[in-house]
Amino acid sequence: MNLKPETLAEIEEAIPKYPEKQSAVMPMLHAIQKDQGLLTNEAAEWVAAKLEIAPIHVLSVITFYPFFRQHKIGRRHIRICRTLACAMAGGAKVCDKMLSEFDTGLNEVSSDGEVTVEFAECLASCGTAPVMLVDDEMYENLDEAKAQEICEKIKAEVMQA
Amino acid sequence: MEEKENLITVNIDGQDLQVPPGTNMVEAAAILGKEIPHYCYHPKLTIAGNCRMCLVELGMPGRDRATGEPMVNEDGTPKIMWMPGPAIGCGTKAAPGMHIKTDSTKALESREAVTEFLLINHPLDCPICDQAGECTLQEFSSSHGRGYSRFIEKKNVKPKRTRLGPRVTLDDERCVLCSRCIRFCDEVAGDSVLGFTDRGSYSTLTCFPGKELANNYSLNTVDICPVGALTSTDFRFKMRVWFLKETNSIDFETSVGVNMVVSAREGTIYRVKPRRNDRVNDTWMPDSGRELYKQVESDDRLTKCTIDSLATSAVDAIAKASECLQGGGVAVVGSGQCSVEEQFALKAISDGIGAKGVYLVARYGKDDGILMSVDRNPNVRGALMAGLVNDLPDEQLGELGAKIDSGEVTTVFSVKEDLIAGGLTEDQVGKVKIVYLGTHENATSSRADVLIAGLTQFEKSGTVINQQFRLQKFSRVVPGPGGAIEDLYALATIQANLSGESFPSTIGSLWKQIGIEGSVFEGISFQSLSDQGEILDGSAFEHFSFREGKSLHFEPKKEAFAIE
Amino acid sequence: MAIHPKEQRIILKYADEPGYTPDIDCYMKNGGYEMLKKAVGMEKQAICDEVKNSQLRGRGGAGFPAGVKWSFVDRKSEKPVYMVCNCDESEPGTFKDRQIVHKDPHQLIEGIIISSFATDCAKAFIYIREEMPKGAEILNQAIKEAKEKNFVGDDILGSGYSCDIVVHRGAAAYICGEETGLIESLEGKRANPRIKPPYFPAVLGLYMCPTIVNNVETLCNVLHILRMGADEFAKIGRPNNTGTRIWCVSGGVKRPGYYEVAGITLGELVYDICGGPKDGRTIKAIIPGGSSMKILKNGERFTGKDRDGNGYDWGIEDIPLDYDGIAAAGSMSGSGGMMVLDDSVEIPVALANLMAFYSHESCGQCTPCREGSLWLKKITTRMVHGQARPEDVDLMKSVADQIEGRTICAFGFAVAWPVQSYLAKFEDEFREFAERHSRMGGDRTAAKELACNH
Repeated sequence: MNLKPETLAEIEEAIPKYPEKQSAVMPMLHAIQKDQGLLTNEAAEWVAAKLEIAPIHVLSVITFYPFFRQHKIGRRHIRICRTLACAMAGGAKVCDKMLSEFDTGLNEVSSDGEVTVEFAECLASCGTAPVMLVDDEMYENLDEAKAQEICEKIKAEVMQA
Repeated sequence: MEEKENLITVNIDGQDLQVPPGTNMVEAAAILGKEIPHYCYHPKLTIAGNCRMCLVELGMPGRDRATGEPMVNEDGTPKIMWMPGPAIGCGTKAAPGMHIKTDSTKALESREAVTEFLLINHPLDCPICDQAGECTLQEFSSSHGRGYSRFIEKKNVKPKRTRLGPRVTLDDERCVLCSRCIRFCDEVAGDSVLGFTDRGSYSTLTCFPGKELANNYSLNTVDICPVGALTSTDFRFKMRVWFLKETNSIDFETSVGVNMVVSAREGTIYRVKPRRNDRVNDTWMPDSGRELYKQVESDDRLTKCTIDSLATSAVDAIAKASECLQGGGVAVVGSGQCSVEEQFALKAISDGIGAKGVYLVARYGKDDGILMSVDRNPNVRGALMAGLVNDLPDEQLGELGAKIDSGEVTTVFSVKEDLIAGGLTEDQVGKVKIVYLGTHENATSSRADVLIAGLTQFEKSGTVINQQFRLQKFSRVVPGPGGAIEDLYALATIQANLSGESFPSTIGSLWKQIGIEGSVFEGISFQSLSDQGEILDGSAFEHFSFREGKSLHFEPKKEAFAIE
Repeated sequence: MAIHPKEQRIILKYADEPGYTPDIDCYMKNGGYEMLKKAVGMEKQAICDEVKNSQLRGRGGAGFPAGVKWSFVDRKSEKPVYMVCNCDESEPGTFKDRQIVHKDPHQLIEGIIISSFATDCAKAFIYIREEMPKGAEILNQAIKEAKEKNFVGDDILGSGYSCDIVVHRGAAAYICGEETGLIESLEGKRANPRIKPPYFPAVLGLYMCPTIVNNVETLCNVLHILRMGADEFAKIGRPNNTGTRIWCVSGGVKRPGYYEVAGITLGELVYDICGGPKDGRTIKAIIPGGSSMKILKNGERFTGKDRDGNGYDWGIEDIPLDYDGIAAAGSMSGSGGMMVLDDSVEIPVALANLMAFYSHESCGQCTPCREGSLWLKKITTRMVHGQARPEDVDLMKSVADQIEGRTICAFGFAVAWPVQSYLAKFEDEFREFAERHSRMGGDRTAAKELACNH
């Protein structure tokens, strides 16, 4: 495990916050996923060793929670809400727009490695449906035009980088 | 019904019943002979409550909200307030006045619902499933299912034929996610390698990648799997279970005396499973003990008696052995592998010939704290209680070697023990006449002047005494090889030959002698000994330095440790 | 954003004020932490009594009286007691906690510390869903600020009482909103809800210690109860339905959003505050308290007798907008997430959308929920994809009935209630839909988009 110093620091800070060490599984997984982009079996074993639990207990946690992943995704993570309020407000069309703009398929990494577009369950912003998360940023009241703007913005950021 | 001290009165389907506190409703109903069907509940594991098969109707005596007084019906009986929804029997512990209905419409509908749900994603291919015939899902589907399918969707697809470890194979599509195996690994075996991955209906039983379910208790997961998900790699597809005849036996690996049941068909053993004994092994046994049956048909099995390496009949071999033992200068090497009855007969022989020493060979292994004790002989305590030896054996026959070297011993009668493995040198073994009663080839059998081919534990009956001084019996599963003779018969005949008096040669008749007044065995007979065994008074041996440590149902005496 | 005159903002008083920021200075400038100062000078039991007397009911879903919940805590065990703030806000249709956390986090911190003090909790946790990544950052910052001012941490305001708050981020599992599932998750495990008995949080909760789990809005209310006094607080709304509630309205209305109100009807919320249906549309049905709750059909009459024996006969717009009112209409106010379905929405397709949600979110632990929810998804998906059968209507009802009440946790109800109520109230539409979609032909694009169940 080749973790960044700040990731290690975050982990060391998280563990003593809890009365029992195992509680630090999720904070550790969040930190490692942020660092490495995904959670490998090696990461599961590393977390398990650190918390003195069995690796299977870490793996069963990783696979339970949809926001933990064992696969690579694009540099930008686009998650469009698919639950009822957003679906009624046209979430599916927004998703289609994102997919066609980036010329990729659902849950795939776009061929340029730039984005992964997924559906997510209710993002708890139903009043401004449809919504999506681009990484940690929430975009609301979407339609195809707004989706296009967001795509262009992402593409522009790529060009800059 | 009057409340007895410490007992709680509950009512099951209209019948009052007194149960100890903490009794759950599945167990309580069982006392009345009622089966509340269940999958995830296991009496020796924590309660998971996930299968929902044991749903029953639950009610408690009502109390008036305002006054707190018990509510009563017109006839003066307590008014039972039934809960609107069903409750799980396994997770419902007895409380005073608790009422349950196990066969009401609501309970039956719940079972039918759960059965249907379990079947929709389960392969319906019992004819090609190895669990068929002993599958809880199959049984409950016929007794509690609706008998036809309403499911027309595609079933979930999951991994098939996964190797979980050296002895266990997993079919995830058959798994009903009851979590018994996971709880067993976590709670009993102390080896957490199994868990569920993914979620919802896609949850999948998995071993952590790169790890294996390889601990010495892995096959217990197969035993407790209520369906055909976990199967024994050794046993699967070898034999349909309904052809198997089951016989009670004891695991001879260690002094724990794990209770087991052996399944055979037409003289061939197919598998060994644990037999429940709540004071010895609960419902568990080590994997290694399940392999013991393979000695029956192993290549090095002794199938004929010999005199000077020439095959002969058992009758002649016994006669020749008796002759050899008459000349004086005889030492006896008995075995902690022998039954109490054999040890008793051997004791009679030793006394009669005035043996120049009686020995056992100690076997020690690693204590796993569960069901494998340090003492790898099943019956050292039997030898002590039969009076064959007066002290704990050594691992080496050093004293015997010295007696051979000094010429004091000129003949050795060994029962089951290989003298070379026991520490005698080639030279020492070469100096003496050897009479050997055993089951498998070894350095002693090949040198024996007289060889009597005996039987394995699976081919005879008898008793052994475990670390708790619990006398337990094992029974014959299959007949022995044609050229072999039952050990007890051989020993009894030798004793009769030597003494000129008859000696009981069957277990039943011998127990009349073993169980005589004044002995620790008083009042016991082989016939009457229960399958759960009987604790004997071991106080005479309290000062002995038995080496067994704490295990599942065994707590060593502290004094014994102090001596160590 | 202008506050509608029918709103009565207490919790959200400052949230949308121009210039109001989530930092501690802004909060304190507006009277923040004064109640904590008052609380630490009070008897703990006195605060608990105030909460009990206020009749405050839980805002998370079940509506259990908060003060009574607190009183269940097992004090005999002498184990530490833990406070857990449920900020998992995962019931579709609900987005109120998000407003508090993002805009006025110190109000929540103050509410948590007062509640923890009153119940003598050793430590407090905020379980926040990962779909609000910014929320966790904001809360952590707020806790840091509060610690600097000695409102959180050791020897709070010299009272001798110490309590830290730990923000615990979830990872997108709906079931973490169920309090025992949340506790398992907080312990670092799969969020499998626990069996009750024996694992009632008040006795065997987090780390097998007594634990109080309260919703964000509930905890915020505690400080207002202290400020107003239980009697004043109880005057807001109706008896047994005291205080304001933040309603989240989404779907087919002109002005969706969150509205803090008390003592109004469902019609006042939907028509007056939210502006009624979008132009050219009519309201077809309303899901009153989050997607799990039974649907209310427009045009339906809701009749019965209340506790005092008085008869009522309501149209959908007459239903009193509170716990008892919506319960009297046969549903529940739940988490306050109101979804309005207009006439553009095909009910069977909406159900397909929700079944995709529930089957995805079932933890998979117990049989009826695990297998039943996915079965319902498979049936509804097949219907949307043009292979509906007339018998599917009865089958779905039967499957839902087989789940209801037989599961470890309330999730089973959450799956069953939509199915049962949609089928009961829109059976004709289901049968007509089944007929129309029983052959592969025809354009189903719109249906597929709404079902959105990949």
